[in-house]
Amino acid sequence: MKEFNILSDVISLQSISAMVENNGIGAQSVFEGIVRNTNDGHEVKKLEYECYESLAIKEGDQILDEAIEKFDLIDAFCVHRVGTLEIGETAVIVVTTSGHRDQSFKGCRYIIDEVKVRVPIWKKEYYADGETEWLKGAG
Amino acid sequence: MTNSLQIQVVYFAKLRELTGLDQEAFSMMKGSNPTDVLESINERHQIDIGSNFKIAVNDEFSDWDIKLHDGDRLVFIPPVTGG
Repeated sequence: MKEFNILSDVISLQSISAMVENNGIGAQSVFEGIVRNTNDGHEVKKLEYECYESLAIKEGDQILDEAIEKFDLIDAFCVHRVGTLEIGETAVIVVTTSGHRDQSFKGCRYIIDEVKVRVPIWKKEYYADGETEWLKGAG
Repeated sequence: MTNSLQIQVVYFAKLRELTGLDQEAFSMMKGSNPTDVLESINERHQIDIGSNFKIAVNDEFSDWDIKLHDGDRLVFIPPVTGG
């Protein structure tokens, strides 16, 4: 099973784990991206994520398909939160399952790396000094 | 036969803040491409939004030199920063 989703509510690992198929699974890998309190020397107070949802879902689904194919995954899930997030909250969760650990580790890494450079989601940082900035990305 | 195209441009993130709009319509000459629309945006708003974007037409990634069609929905996608 696979699912890529964008949510504006709190996201949790439990809700994703409930969807995992328990058939032939020998390994499950999880990545959680957490809102950090600093970036590039600035003290960050909170983040805002904005998303071009229709294209983000399409591109996210494509990434999950690629990971399943490349790493022989059984399940691949990714959920990204949008809206305002406080420090310490979870912004993104990736869960992969497979027969053996190597595939689930590699698939999980592939998905988060690709999501960060391909899926149209943007992050605005709110700093302690009152300034704000849309991050520029790698582009 | 009309020689103009109605193009809907949708803005996200920094572009939404720069223009102050979620979306707006542009009337373009037949044969126009996304580069032409970008110039029209800069002209209308008296800004320079740069060119470091990917393009989406009707929710599919596209190219800068594609010929736009009447009713197309165009999005300029700044470098993404999710995760």
